[in-house]
Amino acid sequence: MAFESLSAFIAMEGHGPYVWTCYGVFVVLLAGLMLWSQRRRRTTMEACRRNYEREAQGQQRTARPAATFTRVEVSQD
Amino acid sequence: MWQFFHKLGSPKWFYGIATRLMPWLLVVGAALLLAGVVWGLAFAPKDYLQGNSYRIIFIHVPTAFLAQSVYIMMAVAAVVTLVWRMKLADVFVKAVAPVGLVLTFLALFTGAVWGKPTWGTWWIWDARLTSMLILLFLYGGVIALDRAINDEKSAARAVSVLVLVGVVNIPIIKYSVEWWNTLHQPATFKLTEKPSMPAEMWVPLLLSVLGLYFIFGWLACLRMQTEIIFREQRTRWVKDLVMAGRP
Amino acid sequence: MTGNPVRVHPVAEGVSVAGAMKAVFLRDVKVAFRQRQDLLNPLLFFVMVVTLFPLGVSPEVSFLREAGAGILWVAALLSVLLSLDHLFRHDFDDGTLEQLVLQPQPLFLLVLAKTLAHWMLTGLPLVILTPVLGVMMHQPGNSIGILCLTLLIGTPVLSLIGSIGAALTLGLRSAGVLLSLLIIPLYIPVLIFGTGTVAAASEGAPVGAYLALMGAFLFLALTLAPFASASALKISMSNS
Repeated sequence: MAFESLSAFIAMEGHGPYVWTCYGVFVVLLAGLMLWSQRRRRTTMEACRRNYEREAQGQQRTARPAATFTRVEVSQD
Repeated sequence: MWQFFHKLGSPKWFYGIATRLMPWLLVVGAALLLAGVVWGLAFAPKDYLQGNSYRIIFIHVPTAFLAQSVYIMMAVAAVVTLVWRMKLADVFVKAVAPVGLVLTFLALFTGAVWGKPTWGTWWIWDARLTSMLILLFLYGGVIALDRAINDEKSAARAVSVLVLVGVVNIPIIKYSVEWWNTLHQPATFKLTEKPSMPAEMWVPLLLSVLGLYFIFGWLACLRMQTEIIFREQRTRWVKDLVMAGRP
Repeated sequence: MTGNPVRVHPVAEGVSVAGAMKAVFLRDVKVAFRQRQDLLNPLLFFVMVVTLFPLGVSPEVSFLREAGAGILWVAALLSVLLSLDHLFRHDFDDGTLEQLVLQPQPLFLLVLAKTLAHWMLTGLPLVILTPVLGVMMHQPGNSIGILCLTLLIGTPVLSLIGSIGAALTLGLRSAGVLLSLLIIPLYIPVLIFGTGTVAAASEGAPVGAYLALMGAFLFLALTLAPFASASALKISMSNS
């Protein structure tokens, strides 16, 4: 152990703030990247699953038109 | 040999291998990184010149090292994409570029914070920091180009050309930035190069470099899997895979 | 585009490679002179950017003497960058580029001819304009000479590297900004050696070695950049 006590370890002879800022940002960014990547795989899979289910439903029912249109006469003057 | 090469190009085969490999990569990587960092922070001796601020080295050097080698890996993958049109290679480039960007940013940030107690200012236009900054721009360009092109195939090939042009330029940039640096501020104090580093310092450094490599491997596998699912969602095996998770 | 070379233009078969390059070059020059405003714009931009520095920083002779060469180099770099968007854009829009890609002659040589025409129409006028601006920035006489020489060697490199970016971003939304993002990092070595040579000259150091290095950059760019931009063009054409 290079330090006498825990407080000396935190203070690092005045260099503590720099060292701990670096390690803090490193941990936050790396962990953030890892968690975000994992979340993205999950959301991608869920989006694909919804797509498949929608397709399966579409095949069961006969295709109905999504909207119908009626002609409306509008006077132009 | 050829069969292996073909298999390697198959996204399905890769997906399976990655799933089996990833827990190991994560466990080994986290263990090595943690060991290196704890050793470096608490047990390595103090540097006689810089005091305790040198302990930033145990994350600065791994991130800087990896940021550069990720770009080289991307360049190799770019050659594979352009020559053999292997799907996995361009999945790799796309998946890994943001990781490279984050690592480069971390190297820059830790370098700048390290500079404060060592040089007395947050930023010095030092050769290493400046070429790191340019590497950050290169990563930014790759990601921006990839986002801008809608068609998957052309995006892959255009990005490959850009990565290759960048990798040809990296040595030239490094050399010219070093030359420029000596021109403007002769012989500054170097951050990392030590004539002789005691084993209590370089062993934890080596551990954390290796650990970050494994973590990078895990990230690359995970992000490549995501990209593969997205691209191959019209295939049978991805459908089975996705639906298998749910009743 | 791959596979059997389909000869679309039977007429073009009889044309030699040098003839085709000359034709492409002359055509670009001719088209550029029909739209003179496009020729003038980068030059105006160059002068305006240079003007901003005395106004924005300091008109003092000592500052301008020290920073002048760097300012002129950066301004030249930016105006080349600005003009790059036009390199393939018009030909892309009216379909000429598609014909160019289909020619039996190797595409990289035709791209090289186009890039050289681009340099002659933007880079060369910048170099010719530099002595005037150099005097306005209080540069000493021999510095102006070296500055012009470095720009003369450097601007073709800028055009050649820029052609890769222009080809990659062809037909994309917000291609201009993207082009700058991709290309500026690659311009840094040329800028460093261009301004470094002028700085060495003003201190009285011999500059032969630096000029030789810049010449090496030029030949490296001449041999490699056309290949990269030709393949980038093919990718962009298949995209649209």
